Amino acid sequence: MTIGKSLPHDAAPLHVTGQARYVDDIPLPAGALHLAFGLSTEAHAEITAIDLTAVRAAEGVVAVLSAEDFDEVPDCSPSLGDEPLLATGKVHFVGQPVFLVIATSHLAARKAARLGKIGYKPLPALLTIDAALAANSRFENGPVIWTKGDTAHAIAGAAHVVEGSFEVGGQEHFYLEGQVAACLPQDGGDMIVHSSTQHPSEIQHKVAHALHLPMSAVRVEVRRMGGGFGGKESQGNWLAIACAVAARATGKPCKMRYDRDDDMVVTGKRHDLRILYRAGFDDTGKLAGVEFTHLFRCGWSMDLSLPVADRAMLHADNTYVLPAVRIESHRLRTNTTSATAFRGFGGPQGMIGIERVMDHIAHALKRDPLQVRRVNFYRAMADNAGGRLPPAPPESISAKVKEEPAADLTSRGRAASVGSHALPPDGAVQTTPYQMPVEDFIGHELVAELERTSDYQARRAALAEWNSKSPILKRGIALTPVKFGISFTLTHLNQAGALVHVYQDGSIALNHGGTEMGQGLFQKVAQVTAGVFGLDAGAVRITATDTAKVPNTSATAASSGSDLNGMAAQVAAVTIRDRMAAFIAEKHQVKPATVKFKDGMVRVAGEEYDFARVAAWAYQARVSLSSTGFYATPKITWDRIKGQGRPFLYFAYGAAVTEVVIDTLTGENRILRADLLHDTGASLNPALDIGQIEGAYVQGAGWLTTEELVWDTKGRLSTHAPSTYKIPACSDRPRIFNVALWGKGNREDTVGKSKAVGEPPFMLGISALYALSDAVAACGDGSVYPALDAPATAERVLAAVERVRGHV
Amino acid sequence: MSEIAFLLNGTPVQLSGIAPTRTLLDWLREERGLKGTKEGCNEGDCGACTVMVTDAGGSRALNACILFLPQLHGKAVRTVEGISGPKGELHPVQQAMVDHHGSQCGFCTPGFVVSMAAAHLNGDAAHDDTLAGNLCRCTGYAPIIRAAKAAESAPVPEWMEADRTALSSFLLPQISSGGEPPQAARGADSPPFFRPTNSDDLADWYLQNPTATLIAGATDVGLWVTKQLRDLAPVAFLNGVTDLQQIERQGGMFHIGAGVTIATLRKALEPHHPSLAELFRRYASEQIRNAATIGGNIANGSPIGDGPPALIALGAKLHLRRGDGMRTIPLESFFLDYRKQDRQAGEFVAGLSLPESAPALRCYKLSKRFDQDISAVCGCFNVTVTDGHVTEARIAFGGMAGIPKRAANAEAALVGQPLTEASAAAAAEAMAQDFTPLSDMRASAAYRLKAAQNMMLRYVHDLNGTPVSVLEVEA
Repeated sequence: MTIGKSLPHDAAPLHVTGQARYVDDIPLPAGALHLAFGLSTEAHAEITAIDLTAVRAAEGVVAVLSAEDFDEVPDCSPSLGDEPLLATGKVHFVGQPVFLVIATSHLAARKAARLGKIGYKPLPALLTIDAALAANSRFENGPVIWTKGDTAHAIAGAAHVVEGSFEVGGQEHFYLEGQVAACLPQDGGDMIVHSSTQHPSEIQHKVAHALHLPMSAVRVEVRRMGGGFGGKESQGNWLAIACAVAARATGKPCKMRYDRDDDMVVTGKRHDLRILYRAGFDDTGKLAGVEFTHLFRCGWSMDLSLPVADRAMLHADNTYVLPAVRIESHRLRTNTTSATAFRGFGGPQGMIGIERVMDHIAHALKRDPLQVRRVNFYRAMADNAGGRLPPAPPESISAKVKEEPAADLTSRGRAASVGSHALPPDGAVQTTPYQMPVEDFIGHELVAELERTSDYQARRAALAEWNSKSPILKRGIALTPVKFGISFTLTHLNQAGALVHVYQDGSIALNHGGTEMGQGLFQKVAQVTAGVFGLDAGAVRITATDTAKVPNTSATAASSGSDLNGMAAQVAAVTIRDRMAAFIAEKHQVKPATVKFKDGMVRVAGEEYDFARVAAWAYQARVSLSSTGFYATPKITWDRIKGQGRPFLYFAYGAAVTEVVIDTLTGENRILRADLLHDTGASLNPALDIGQIEGAYVQGAGWLTTEELVWDTKGRLSTHAPSTYKIPACSDRPRIFNVALWGKGNREDTVGKSKAVGEPPFMLGISALYALSDAVAACGDGSVYPALDAPATAERVLAAVERVRGHV
Repeated sequence: MSEIAFLLNGTPVQLSGIAPTRTLLDWLREERGLKGTKEGCNEGDCGACTVMVTDAGGSRALNACILFLPQLHGKAVRTVEGISGPKGELHPVQQAMVDHHGSQCGFCTPGFVVSMAAAHLNGDAAHDDTLAGNLCRCTGYAPIIRAAKAAESAPVPEWMEADRTALSSFLLPQISSGGEPPQAARGADSPPFFRPTNSDDLADWYLQNPTATLIAGATDVGLWVTKQLRDLAPVAFLNGVTDLQQIERQGGMFHIGAGVTIATLRKALEPHHPSLAELFRRYASEQIRNAATIGGNIANGSPIGDGPPALIALGAKLHLRRGDGMRTIPLESFFLDYRKQDRQAGEFVAGLSLPESAPALRCYKLSKRFDQDISAVCGCFNVTVTDGHVTEARIAFGGMAGIPKRAANAEAALVGQPLTEASAAAAAEAMAQDFTPLSDMRASAAYRLKAAQNMMLRYVHDLNGTPVSVLEVEA
């Protein structure tokens, strides 16, 4: 079988030899020009004057554009139309593009971009959650509130209550390849765009809109990205649009890439937020009710903030039954860069809240947090048979927001608001707070297995013993689970197309709407395609994502890449195989169903032919050897106004045990060991899936430990380079790092019964934060909860140690 | 005669008229079309641009983004394209990276491959250290380490050895004539640069060009060019000044030339000053340690450099040269104020001397990330106890003031006392009088002071043999 094989990444030999080509590596025709933005130095100000004389006079400068050079300044937003390419009248954050330099070299453009003299009249800048709340500066009219049951009553009647508030920092994507795009003008004004983007159709749409062209006149090609992580879902729009307008203006190919510091200042990051919580529970830790308030700092524009904040609400339960729940979600508008998609898309922010509650409850009851987590788990699959769905909830009171004229139909940001409404309690079928039946819950078995393989209980006991003898260093351990919903919450995005050609020599070319950012999507889809024909994956030529081959693609996001595109490619391949089978069956006077494609051969009526030979015969017999394929995810229905339905086809699960050590004198801390068990269904490629899980865990742990974004009081990002923003380095990975797959298939009919793997394991990193919490708790007498904020830098860990010791 | 000559993937290259601050990375990508070497950060922090450079001193990994072309004169450069064999054979580390799924997006991969190949050539299996300067955002590093381990025992391919032999036959004859006068090095449109081969020439030239920028490893000056976009002129490149690259032991002292790299110094001092060597293990990254010099680290005058606090605690003496004149001062007196040093026009750091032995020296580096990070606080302690009482205390900190600075009050509190938890606590208390640190993106002022004070306590526990480092704990 080709499916399920641990093949290397298709481009691995190119990666290791430096031959893999990224956008900046594509040779451009002679005379190509290079662009750079002049950036705002103010967080919020009126522009009083723009003097670009020195910029225009600088060496190598061909042209300089500002907003006044446009009749209509192109928009770069994926949602509200609130992101002008160049600032119009006001600036809204430090780093907002004000003017565009077109020059003969990248360096000349960068140098000239620093010579602009912009006059500002400063306006009050809202930089923090508190400032935005006080000013009622927000997207949508008020908070989105979802409720299920009478939460206040449930908490009031509970034996115990914990409450608190904590900060969760944002996260810079730090894709190693920065944002980059290049545009090549074609005849008739058409445009070819090379973009490092997860969303070619979005780039196509935005460029077409900027140039007043139909989408058919713009072709976007993406062979690969040097990392995306959500940071290239909408943030590439600026560069592609800038290149397009510059190429249109000059008639020359134009390329733009951000210097790393500019990239970090200009582009959006993971949303930071504050979470307020209050939970009532019994003596075993079982929840009676819980309230959450999410205070999201969304930045200056809407971008994808609404669906991000929605997904946080959708993951406020994680693996736990919330008998009564109230979630209040504020999407605050601030004068900072616009927060955007990042692996998990709000899911991690939602999940970390309930994990905090579990940790806090366990501390209050002096119980093992794993016990508390377990008593709150959803019921196991076997316990969940029968029953009926609960009645429909009352109608929403929210009105639909009207669509803007040039709506981005393929953007997740298109969704503009979510209804506030009440949800009924569980019926006989267990459901999430948003009424989706939880039919596939494997948390009990999966956690039990991990508890065993990680030797959790014995190690926990050994740690307590070790801590009692170690005055300066303390260790901690935590097991946290993950349940992550798979599908775009904007239902219509759950579709994909593919294009498969079989050539007369038996070689196969594959194209689909997904983009390759390192996750191995192309190889997985190639394996699926090759499997249909009974060939090795190597027989399938993988080609660059191209909006001229497969149209109307959804972003490669929401972990959906292989689920959607794998299915679409399979459909296309099966179509061709069926034609070939029908042809060869007729030739042999047998039924098509008896024709087998296996091991590179076609078996029919006792004969065995090379696949290439059959392809040549089919061609000569005038059989079409090319097909598109299309897939639309079944079953999902999500009324985002009512906040009810089945937004996800299924859930992906996982759990992690992390062990840490802290220094009680400095707060320095380190992950010593991690054991991960993750649900990939029947993996399409276990090696690639393990790669996703290992990488996601380290990235998730980085989010919660060393990756600290710091803004100064003027709204300037202080951590705008890898010298000051610290993603995990090699030695930060767990020295003992055990990763296993829970490969038991998917009860839903997904490609090869596999499960999506891009985002869910990111949240395994949450176990690192709660292992640190456990180590800090070991420093005190148990009377004070560590209340660790994230990221748990050495400084925050030391503060928590001092807190539990009563020193503050 | 060409200005600059070097080997690129085994092929001789001669360049003239190039701008002295043209980086190798830009030149490779823009002029040579060698696109395998990537720009990730353009400041020496991510390693995506790593190349291998060979000279008489051996082969080492360096960051091409902050490596100026004149620094390569007389050396051999190998990019990722030259790590594979002449017929496209994969190097063992390349094959291992494929086999062990060590690449995902692939953008950092060329840099990793070059770092791994350099370490493989040098027989260095401390992978966490040799790869600390290569960031990967996809893999979580585990498969890369698996690949590095798998390739350890594979023989070094012959083409990887070729640079050393080719260098002697090709380039050295041309460059042995030494540094040309600046006018001879002037290209048509390029500012002059000077590349002396001995310190006498440097001293003369610098006296005549006191406003010049001296470039040793370029690990900081590189950023003046790539980030601040400054035009530097005139400049002198010091990496040909071999007489400043010596380490001598004499009379119980180490005498260390200013041009000695951190990597070389780390190795030389390891048997004598293990705690300082451990600090240097965490000094930036492999690529930076291979380029950065101890003289540059001092002359730069940064309040957060890791060399000075340790060297001050050791009682190092600094040697400064101006023209034919030399003077020697205690290292701590070199640092006058924020970015202001006791250095006259035309004077440069020639070297330093430090004791061969200091068994009580302990160096503590506190940063957000253990590797390749700038210290929030760097605390170095060297307390001498004679007959049960402290007779001398040298305690110096980086990150606590505008300069690397001794904790005079804390030292005074210790002298005459037995070295105990109680006396350390009193010294820690006194330390509050020594420093008024800043708050910045690395740490708050309060945390800096608290951590510095706690380092005083850690020092006593450390000397008593109590485990104090999270880096030494195994699961």
